Amino acid sequence: MAGIAVERLVKRYGPTQVVHGIDLDVQDGEFVVFVGPSGCGKSTTLRMIAGLEEIDGGEIRIGGRVVNRLEPKDRNIAMVFQNYAIYPHMSVGENIAFGLYTSKLGKAEKRAKVEEAARILGLEDLLERRPSALSGGQRQRVAIGRAMVRDPAAFLFDEPLSNLDAQLRAQMRLEIKRLHQRLGATIVYVTHDQVEAMTMADRIVVMREGRILQVGSPMELYERPADVFTARFIGSPTMNVLPAAAEGGGLALAGGRVALEGGAVPSGGRVLVGVRPQQLRVLEAGETADLLLSGHVAVVEPLGSETFVHVEVGDQLVLASAAAKAAPPVGTAVRLGADAAALKLFDAETERAL
Amino acid sequence: MSAGAAQGRAGFGRAIAWVLLLAGGLAMVLPLAFMFSTSLKDASEVYDLRLLPAHPTLDNYVTVLSDGRFLRWFGNSMGVATVVTLSNVFFDSLVGYTLAKFEFRGRYFVFLAILSTLMVPTEMLVIPWYVMARNFGWLDSYWGIMFPGMMTAFGTFLMKQFFETVPNDFLEAARVDGLNEFTIFWRIAMPLVTPALSALAIFTFLSNWTAFIWPLIVTTSKELYTLPVGLSSFAVEQQIQWELIMTGAALATLPTLLVFLALQRYIVRGVVMAGLKG
Ligand SMILES: Nc1ncnc2c1ncn2[C@@H]1O[C@H](COP(=O)(O)OP(=O)(O)O)[C@@H](O)[C@H]1O
Ligand SMILES: [Mg+2]
Repeated sequence: MAGIAVERLVKRYGPTQVVHGIDLDVQDGEFVVFVGPSGCGKSTTLRMIAGLEEIDGGEIRIGGRVVNRLEPKDRNIAMVFQNYAIYPHMSVGENIAFGLYTSKLGKAEKRAKVEEAARILGLEDLLERRPSALSGGQRQRVAIGRAMVRDPAAFLFDEPLSNLDAQLRAQMRLEIKRLHQRLGATIVYVTHDQVEAMTMADRIVVMREGRILQVGSPMELYERPADVFTARFIGSPTMNVLPAAAEGGGLALAGGRVALEGGAVPSGGRVLVGVRPQQLRVLEAGETADLLLSGHVAVVEPLGSETFVHVEVGDQLVLASAAAKAAPPVGTAVRLGADAAALKLFDAETERAL
Repeated sequence: MSAGAAQGRAGFGRAIAWVLLLAGGLAMVLPLAFMFSTSLKDASEVYDLRLLPAHPTLDNYVTVLSDGRFLRWFGNSMGVATVVTLSNVFFDSLVGYTLAKFEFRGRYFVFLAILSTLMVPTEMLVIPWYVMARNFGWLDSYWGIMFPGMMTAFGTFLMKQFFETVPNDFLEAARVDGLNEFTIFWRIAMPLVTPALSALAIFTFLSNWTAFIWPLIVTTSKELYTLPVGLSSFAVEQQIQWELIMTGAALATLPTLLVFLALQRYIVRGVVMAGLKG
């Protein structure tokens, strides 16, 4: 196992630059997840680490060794792809053993490694099967097995769960996380799914348009997003972001106001107020809160444990939560409230957190 | 339109299709049937056009097979077609793979150059081939028969198109796993295009097995004749003995059939997608 360091990493495709000088240190044994919308350069970054793409600037080190010019085979990393990339003309056992194709181990040792990987991944009974006879989840396990047997310096995953259905995805998330705990492996994992990032990562790297916006633990990103993009990207459902203007010690919004202490925002300044749906409640009559909004219920979404209500406030739809059994019916006028501590304020111009 | 009318129309269309297919099938099968039937006839019966011989006999087969020349030509054809087929399967794939999966300067130009040779008919190439063979001293040799076909533009084009359907993930996974480029080609990419390889092998084998003009031109010694050339020399040298020619032709179709039967199952099986999602 080894750490991975990336410095001022740059990638261009012809005239378009797709990765703009990113810096990152992945500790030995750390599980780092790159997350961001499709096309933001996550795969490109991962592929540069793997050596599948040439780099146009900067430096990549694996275990302290500069690997900029090394072929993929000389970097001692393993990679798992979205489409599994297990070979259809080989059995499951042969596929897993293929990870050892270049290894100098003896036959018996190779066999033992394949069997151990198969046992860990629950594939013992499938070793003779062809990939075409496997489910998506099993195929992805075979791909992980092929990566495991090599004892690589690091594992790279590129959206490995994107082709699976929701239930299987949840199960595989758990399995990959347990695998990480068991192997203590360095993992760089790419996904566009913030749930995967939140549930698995030691640290999350939020990317957008070829740049890193923020790096931090899942809870740090959830509680202290550095900008509107991260705030809205991390957490489900998406955070409400409402434009507001500073006014007499507080903030005025379309359809509401925020009471703030001590002039956090200079008078006349324009800001964005962020509040997570879980922290924006439907208020009882007479109840009050620091943030107050009023509007009409447009849609009610019961989830069982709680209920989300979409409320028209001014010309914006705001998502709030209500007690599971006490959701107001569509069309009623409601007041929404949240505590000042739950609010995130962003500069309206730069969208950076204040 | 009512469902019944629609069905009636579909039924009518189907009937027409059947008739046409049947006619086409007959047109193709009849000559073959006559070939086999004539090969079982006795010389006196040859011009009697009945499909079933009155006194079927295997004498013609004995005559042809005991004539050393026929076996020699058969062997020549077999050897030439096999070597050329193996060569095409390997080299066409190698070039097709390179064109499909590697970025390099001039790639498009190379591809166009190869493609453009597809448009030149064999008849036009025969003279330059001949001049080339003469200058290199390849006339009247096995290599002389084989060299123009050792690689073909068609095969290269076919393999390039098929290799383009092989997902890069397979190749990249192998690259990360530490395989060198030739091993990736040989162990990963080639097995994924077996349907195309079978098709290419069948085409190449058949076209070389039946090739006539070029082997006729480049060979002068009878020992080097391929089967079609030999059979036609049969036809001209003595008075035409149709029953013997037809026997030779019938024997000549056997390998064709065998090759097809041996390889056809690979053509049908689409293996490429099986390792991917879905
Ligand atoms: N081979 C390529 N040639 C040109 N542009 C590419 C190539 N690969 C990726 N890109 C571009 O680079 C950007 C980042 O792509 P990618 O890293 O695949 O994004 P992500 O994995 O985050 O969805 C995209 O805008 C994409 O169009
Ligand atoms: Mg991607």
